[in-house]
Amino acid sequence: MNAPAEASLPADPFPRSLWPRVAAVALVAYVIYACAQLDVSWDRVRIGLDNAAHFFGRMFPPNFARWELLAKGLKESLEIAVLASTLGIVLAMPIGLFAARNLMPTWATWPARFIIVSARSFHPVIVAILFVKAVGFGALAGILALTVASIGFIGKLFTEAIEEISLKQVEAIRATGAPFSSVLAFGVLPQVFSRFIGFATYQLDSNLRNSTMVGIVGAGGIGGTLFAAFQRFDYDYVCAILISIITLIMIGELLATGVRAIFIGNATLADLFRRGGVRPRERHLEDD
Amino acid sequence: MLTLKNLSKSYIAGTPVLTDVSLDIDARGITAIIGASGTGKSTLIRCINRLVEPTRGEILFEGVDLAGLSGRALRHARRHIGMVFQEYNLVERLSVMENLLSGRLGYVSPWRAWRRKFPPEDIRRAFELLDVVGLTGFAHQRADALSGGQRQRVGIARAVMQEPKLMLADEPTSSLDPKTSVEIMELLTEVGRSRGIPVLVNMHDVELAKRFADRIIGMTGGRIVFDGPAAQLDDTMLTMIYGGQGWLQ
Repeated sequence: MNAPAEASLPADPFPRSLWPRVAAVALVAYVIYACAQLDVSWDRVRIGLDNAAHFFGRMFPPNFARWELLAKGLKESLEIAVLASTLGIVLAMPIGLFAARNLMPTWATWPARFIIVSARSFHPVIVAILFVKAVGFGALAGILALTVASIGFIGKLFTEAIEEISLKQVEAIRATGAPFSSVLAFGVLPQVFSRFIGFATYQLDSNLRNSTMVGIVGAGGIGGTLFAAFQRFDYDYVCAILISIITLIMIGELLATGVRAIFIGNATLADLFRRGGVRPRERHLEDD
Repeated sequence: MLTLKNLSKSYIAGTPVLTDVSLDIDARGITAIIGASGTGKSTLIRCINRLVEPTRGEILFEGVDLAGLSGRALRHARRHIGMVFQEYNLVERLSVMENLLSGRLGYVSPWRAWRRKFPPEDIRRAFELLDVVGLTGFAHQRADALSGGQRQRVGIARAVMQEPKLMLADEPTSSLDPKTSVEIMELLTEVGRSRGIPVLVNMHDVELAKRFADRIIGMTGGRIVFDGPAAQLDDTMLTMIYGGQGWLQ
């Protein structure tokens, strides 16, 4: 503002508004307040790091002596994840379709949206606690809890995918005189199928991770074993469990990547084992 | 064959896009609707098979008023009206063969459609049509792997698969280069002539319309202002349809 040349400009090209700045100051103030309130201080972090070092020291070497219990827990987690994903995907497909506002009338979208929002409202662990109360301890509670989570996640993304499809392709199928469900099969599903595979594999991935956790509240799987080992200070066994979980998740992710490459990237099984990995398929330029 | 009586359409109440359009299509051959952009050509075409709901008027197709139909009756009427689109509107991720067979969806039950169980007769016709439109060997290519001209050929073949009694084409050449445009118009004319299907086609390219159409309908501001053989379409008429004069030189 002090240079006269600036003052003579007809208008400020980048007008700044007051409210974003007020919001930024308020956020900083709240962060400082919350730190004080919650007794977050550098001292506590330092002491905590010492504890962590001690704890990590006791974790090594990992102890695989009780591998049978470990394997049993992992197997149960895997079963929970696969069953919950399958059930969740099967249920999420129709619910997601009914929630799509570009294809469905309002009386169908509202209930479907309500189901999806409710399924997404709570963290899987909270849902697991509810199901443990309802159906008792064990894997069934875990399966149901993760099914609910899957419906919420896949349902929402599937709905969004359907709402983003090209209606021109749907229009062309409608113009042939096709009944509604044939329009779905030929005009809608082909446009969203690969994305649906993507969501489904991400959800399987996510369920695999969550299935190792719902055990903490008694809903089956390796989580229960992990929690018990923590409470008994068997840190070397905890380490063995953590390593196994990491391995399981990594295998799951590899599988999911492979499935996605085949369905979405049009790769063949042989491509997956080729050096240099899978390259995306070349797309025709007139796609856009 | 097709008679429109006082067809009107307003997307927003009070601002009509079509006003009292009356039209008779009975002859074989190509009828071209020309007019400036935004003059209601696409709306008119889409009103005929009710992809757009007309506000008022009658659409008599083989003696039945399509404007009064709904549900199954409307779908059955649509089966007899093939449609070709400006941007081809193929299902990109499906193969050429699947796109062709989608023209039979009005005749095949959904249960069979989901399992891709089309009658052998349909499949035989689809392969024949691929030869007719010059895409022999393309059956298993995905639609998004084709060029614009090839896609429009698939679009025409899909419409013909319906065994339609009338074909509608909404600016079928507007996304194509001049040479391909002529090829597509030749194909459309040939398919219509050889099968005795009248073709109603929207276009804004006057030269192309004059070259291929037996009858030309000029529209401006949602009304028909010219209706006659291509030979009668002189500069006076074009000025009336498109307005202005400078572009005619």
